[in-house]
Amino acid sequence: MPIEYYIFLCLTLFSIGVIGVLTRRNAIIVFMCIELMLNAVNMLLVAFSKMNYAAAQAITPNTTAGIDAQIFVFFIMVVAAAEVSIGLAIIVMIYRNTHSIDINFLNRLKN
Amino acid sequence: MNTLEILFYALSALAIISAVMVLVSKNPIHSVLWLILVFFAISGHYILLNAQFLAIVNIIVYAGAIMVLFLFVMMLMNVKKDNEPQKQLWVKLIGVIAGGSFLTLLIALVKQNTSFQGRDVLLKDGNIGLIHPLGQALFTDYVVPFEISSVLFLSAMVGAVIIGKK
Repeated sequence: MPIEYYIFLCLTLFSIGVIGVLTRRNAIIVFMCIELMLNAVNMLLVAFSKMNYAAAQAITPNTTAGIDAQIFVFFIMVVAAAEVSIGLAIIVMIYRNTHSIDINFLNRLKN
Repeated sequence: MNTLEILFYALSALAIISAVMVLVSKNPIHSVLWLILVFFAISGHYILLNAQFLAIVNIIVYAGAIMVLFLFVMMLMNVKKDNEPQKQLWVKLIGVIAGGSFLTLLIALVKQNTSFQGRDVLLKDGNIGLIHPLGQALFTDYVVPFEISSVLFLSAMVGAVIIGKK
């Protein structure tokens, strides 16, 4: 499978996430779109890791080239899990203070 | 067209359609369920790439833990679909145009780039995605980041409790 197909797929998923962040006002949906973008990047990293592995395997058969990308994906998942717990706590706090999760109300820094 | 290509296209179509449905659906609960479907499609892609460890971790962490957390918060807040605020139509249109032009620009850049041409992704074969080589790399070369991530989790836990307590 050519690497370009994977790049196009991940770009499409990432752009859908960008469009979601730009067009929705529900804070939880915006947060979910950020998760979608993170996952698109993860999938691209895994595809690149297998691309590098395929190139290195032709030279040395039992190589571990490309394993770093998969470790990176693992760490991205770790950070995403921590980020989600904090972000949802912040959203709950916002809801408790304003009784809404509309992100347009979060402009207090402006004035 | 062999089986792997059919699987690739089916999983890609599932992922993209579900991702679009996340944005389109009015009910936030339905959005969460569609996003779980996206994560399952991405896990299918990982299995297709023989990254079995990441496929399982993706299902356990994302579809299992994070999405359940989203559902909990959403049910705590009692978000109805009729009181969800909507952006104005022109703002939505501008958002879609901006995202679409971003996508077009990046696709044009990738298509122009010659270093990606003729590079293939190894599907189904290769053992770097299995638990044994990944664990070996994680506990030898990457043991310091692994330990630091435990500190990160501790601080996230403390932070979530402090933010949620008030």
